[in-house]
Amino acid sequence: MAATDVDVFSNEEKRSLNLGGHVGFDSLPDQLVSKSVTQGFCFNILCVGETGIGKSTLMNTLFNTMFENEEASHYQNGVYLRPRTYDLLESNVHLKLTIVDTVGFGDQINKEDSYKPIVDYIDTQFENYLQEELKIKRSLFNYHDTRIHICLYFIAPTGHSLKSLDLVTMKKLDSKVNIIPIIAKADTISKSELHKFKIKIMSELVSNGVQIYQFPTDDEAVSEINSSMNAHLPFAVVGSVEEVKVGNKTVRARQYPWGIVQVENESHCDFVKLREMLIRVNMEDLREQTHARHYELYRRCKLEEMGFKDTDPDSQPFSLQETYEAKRKEFLGDLQRKEEEMRQMFVNKVKETEAELKEKERELHDKFEQLKRMHQEEKKKVEEKRRDLEEEMSGFNRKKVAAETLSLSQPLKKDKDKKN
Amino acid sequence: MKSGLLSNTAQPKNLEGYVGFANLPNQVYRKSVKRGFEFTLMVVGESGLGKSTLINSLFLTDLYSPEYPGPSHRIKKTVQVEQSKVLVKEGGVHLLLTIVDTPGFGDAVDNSNCWQPVIDYIDSKFEDYLNAESRVNRRQMPDSRVQCCLYFIAPSGHGLKPLDIEFMKRLHEKVNIIPLIAKADTMTPEECQQFKHQIMKEIQEHKIKIYEFPETDDEEEMKMVRRIKDRLPLAVVGSNTIIEVNGKRVRGRQYPWGVAEVENGEHCDFTILRNMLIRTNMQDLKDVTNNVHYENYRSRKLAAVTYNGVDNNKNKGQLTKPETSDGMSPLAQMEEERRDHVSKMKKMEQEMEQVFEMKVKEKLMKLRDSEAELQRRHEQMKKNLELQHRELEEKRRQHEEEKNSWEAQQRILEQQKLDASRTLEKNKKKKIF
Repeated sequence: MAATDVDVFSNEEKRSLNLGGHVGFDSLPDQLVSKSVTQGFCFNILCVGETGIGKSTLMNTLFNTMFENEEASHYQNGVYLRPRTYDLLESNVHLKLTIVDTVGFGDQINKEDSYKPIVDYIDTQFENYLQEELKIKRSLFNYHDTRIHICLYFIAPTGHSLKSLDLVTMKKLDSKVNIIPIIAKADTISKSELHKFKIKIMSELVSNGVQIYQFPTDDEAVSEINSSMNAHLPFAVVGSVEEVKVGNKTVRARQYPWGIVQVENESHCDFVKLREMLIRVNMEDLREQTHARHYELYRRCKLEEMGFKDTDPDSQPFSLQETYEAKRKEFLGDLQRKEEEMRQMFVNKVKETEAELKEKERELHDKFEQLKRMHQEEKKKVEEKRRDLEEEMSGFNRKKVAAETLSLSQPLKKDKDKKN
Repeated sequence: MKSGLLSNTAQPKNLEGYVGFANLPNQVYRKSVKRGFEFTLMVVGESGLGKSTLINSLFLTDLYSPEYPGPSHRIKKTVQVEQSKVLVKEGGVHLLLTIVDTPGFGDAVDNSNCWQPVIDYIDSKFEDYLNAESRVNRRQMPDSRVQCCLYFIAPSGHGLKPLDIEFMKRLHEKVNIIPLIAKADTMTPEECQQFKHQIMKEIQEHKIKIYEFPETDDEEEMKMVRRIKDRLPLAVVGSNTIIEVNGKRVRGRQYPWGVAEVENGEHCDFTILRNMLIRTNMQDLKDVTNNVHYENYRSRKLAAVTYNGVDNNKNKGQLTKPETSDGMSPLAQMEEERRDHVSKMKKMEQEMEQVFEMKVKEKLMKLRDSEAELQRRHEQMKKNLELQHRELEEKRRQHEEEKNSWEAQQRILEQQKLDASRTLEKNKKKKIF
């Protein structure tokens, strides 16, 4: 897509030639610019800060517009993100601006998970872009890029140090998005306190390893202004959409009994610096960094998670086709294996249960065999008894018959005797 | 290219007061200059048509010189595709120009398939870019895709040759083709006009898509674009020599009858070509290559990958659901397949479970039945036995009773007998006296 740094080709043979006249390719940047202007630009800002810290007011002040929004309440039971998209026009430049507000941030009693919805939102935008990029039929030049280009982190103007919520949140976000920390409602801090506060904040960020966005100093055109601005971080800002008459001018300011805080007065606050850095000088760089660094990191992690590699074990680079085919083979093999496993599990289950049931059957039969045997024995005994009885009875009968025949003959004797 | 971003918005808010993003174009300008630009231009045509001379004239430099001869001087047996890179600077803008030429094209007796090496070259550059874009670790992605192809038509005056038509038909969907009439100084303006007319007719007949100038909103620009469109294909003349004409030093070709000036709009269309190719449309050529030709290549390549390993039935099914195969990346497709498979497995598991449960229930019931049966039989046998027992008991009792009564009887009889014998004895004793 974009042309790359010319130095890439240093190892190939390339000749430098002089031109004998005006060819005209010095209009190339203009051609590129006119194409981008026709396409329009888009920019996405994420504002992270406690409820009431002045996020919406600052956005209104920064873009000189009253973006419609209702005030948020303190009673949200979680943090949720509210993106709003606006179409702005300045001169002939169209800007599709999306402002994402974190509603409810810092209001809960337990803030351990406060950063999660923010990280999820950022990741989701990356994921959407990645999905579009991976589609077979894609239209990237038409795609509404919702990736967050800058996260403005609003620090409460306590004057002491960062809150632990601030450190935790920024640490979770610094590898995913460009962070510019700003001190909100800076008109409540005096100049000397502010100086100490800024130093404290920066040193806490450094000692906790939080990577905030550094304005780039590699382009000579802007390196000077950028490096001087880097030293003023975090910017102490005041926002206001109300206009107050100062002298013979009408400026945006906040009117106090003791004086008027002018938003665009550089000795009152760093608002102008923020606007310069964020919008006028480095907007394009923020977009580039988001795409070339943060998005690439997300993409790399996501692809590695899915098992994609750039080289096979022999360090031969894969072609796209090979990678997809390999992935697909692996994937199909995986599915097949799962199917096999399930089948196998069932076969085993069936075998087990069959064995159990057979065992039960056997036991049953055994039991009844035993009963049968007992029964047989009993029967035998009964038979024996019967035989005994039969014997007795027949013995008795014989005795009886014998006795009867005897008695029959005996009375004859008696009669005989009597006769005599 | 009309932007898609703004197509569905009503009225953008016009800002009062200074915000500063109107400076965005300048930021883009600054960054692009720092990055530098690159462009890959391909020249194709038979030898001797003035390709090298034209390139030198276009870029006002000795790209082709005695040390680096042009394609016509590097006669090859077969068509080669060769590239040379040059770095040129103008007004702070760096341009890395890659010129790809095709020595040997159209020069053989049999030119069948002489376009194949060109197609292969273009495809291989697309493939390189696709692979670079698809890597996990993407660093710099050098873009060596061919962004424009100047096709040289011999000035026969009649029409396109079959080779011209074949080549353009095969390459018009892979690269931006700008057909040029070479050596235009061999034709009179009228002949040239007729020739152009004939060529455009044939191009339309064969449905060849040559590079089209983009539409603009600007009326002035559109007028210019239309004027250029009327003069297509551009008839060009190139020259390496500078001649003095009317006190001016111009590039031209000196003839006995006059000088054909390269940059004279009445002599040839060179200026139009240069302005169009370099000064106004270079970026658009790159964009069309990236957004149209490359995307075509990519979607065809990826679609082939996803259809691999999918059996025919599934293929047919997908063809009837255009959203699925068009919109999805191979990864998303795999994800859907995985989900299908999970639900299929779940169903299978449920079915297997059901069958299993049923079988187990059957078996258990059978077991219970046989247990009941056996139990019943056992009960039966027990009852039988008890019956027999009781019968026996009864018999025994009877027998005992009988025995007892008989024995009792016997005893009485015995007693009687005893008594009787005793009385007899007594009587006997009495009788004796």
